[in-house]
Amino acid sequence: MGFLDVDVRERMIRTATREIEAGMTINLGIGLPTKLVNYLDPRISVCLHSENGITGVGPGVEPDLADRNLIDAGGAYVSTLPGAAFFDSAVSFAIIRGGRLDLTVLGAFEVAMNGDLANWMVPGIFAVGVGGGMELAQKARRVVIMMTHLDRHGNSKIVPACTLPITAAACVDRIYTDMAIIDVVDQVLILREVAKGISVEEVIDATAAPLQIPDNPVPKF
Amino acid sequence: MKDKTASIESAISRIKDGDTVMVGGFGVPGTPFGLIDELARQGQKNLTLIKNDANEESMGVDRLLQNGQVNKLVVSHAGLNANVSKMMSKNQIEVEFCPQGILAERIRCAGAGLYGFLTDIGIDTILAKDKSRIEVNGRSLLLEEPLKADFALLHAQHADSLGNLSYTATAQNFSPLMAMAADQVIVEVEHLLDLGDLKPETIHTPSPFVDLMVSLPTLTSDYGVLRRGR
Repeated sequence: MGFLDVDVRERMIRTATREIEAGMTINLGIGLPTKLVNYLDPRISVCLHSENGITGVGPGVEPDLADRNLIDAGGAYVSTLPGAAFFDSAVSFAIIRGGRLDLTVLGAFEVAMNGDLANWMVPGIFAVGVGGGMELAQKARRVVIMMTHLDRHGNSKIVPACTLPITAAACVDRIYTDMAIIDVVDQVLILREVAKGISVEEVIDATAAPLQIPDNPVPKF
Repeated sequence: MKDKTASIESAISRIKDGDTVMVGGFGVPGTPFGLIDELARQGQKNLTLIKNDANEESMGVDRLLQNGQVNKLVVSHAGLNANVSKMMSKNQIEVEFCPQGILAERIRCAGAGLYGFLTDIGIDTILAKDKSRIEVNGRSLLLEEPLKADFALLHAQHADSLGNLSYTATAQNFSPLMAMAADQVIVEVEHLLDLGDLKPETIHTPSPFVDLMVSLPTLTSDYGVLRRGR
């Protein structure tokens, strides 16, 4: 991922919290998606799942107060909420493959206009394994991507077809970037909102795949 | 009653060059650092290691990698250990990446005496390219084969003298699955209890799966909270 202005990044994360509704079971990918938790309305009760065997993940814990046996799948020390459960890795992925996740929010290297997701491998450069990414992308009921619009070389990460090895085919429902919110509907990308200070034309120019633009004025976030 | 307790030296000395060894743990929790360090000390070679992840540099299974004891690593990811990427690029090690839940299920499958299972996970990806496809009810699926081992090295919070095990918090992860899938299961135990002191309903791994137990007198700093300066 490229580097983002702190304010823009915070606005993107804050905006993406609208995906989360009370009562959902959710898995947040490592990196930016994990930070969504910090912006949630504490009155909204959700069940956070972590691949290493937790439902009911609570806030992160500083090392001085951490339980050495209680981490999330990204290796961060966490707490548990009342109602939490621990289980083994087979049960953890039965939750995912069995369709019990209402939502996953993941990072991405590329998203294609048909909803293909590439977020685990850059041949010759980055190949550290997929972890639970394929199961999450393929089996969560809703797959939301949170990423920078452009890579660090200034290239669009939203592409006509993925050039990198994919994680799962036609899985992405919505993309949040620092520039726009875009839905993937029947292999078509639809522009829903643009970031404050960014024009629709700038989003179109920064997007390598065709975008459908609604007739009405596009709201700002 | 058979005594399953053993010294760490004699337990690990059962492992031979060329063996396949499953290692419990997801990050630090559940990683049997004591057993791994003894395996590093004894120096068995040409091992195949099966583990969720490759720990972090200079910790746990990375010591076996750095020692040149491992030919092949089967993991879901090695994202926290840059040494694995370095060794891969120098062709010093073969690495098989397996989706995490499929890794877990392949191990469970072997332990349950089954011969494989069908899934659509990864079916559109490069990980599917060498896998057999089987059509069921008009649907093409990947055949995933069971994953077994000569040894499983595990860490348990509590055990009784019969070998019943209980894990704590996220230290459970792959351990109950690996306990079923290896010919010989060696467990390091933080608290070895008398028979009857472990309540039956709190047992995660029942005693028939466990061959040898090693009592951990003290925990090294590897077991403590990691401070990565994040």
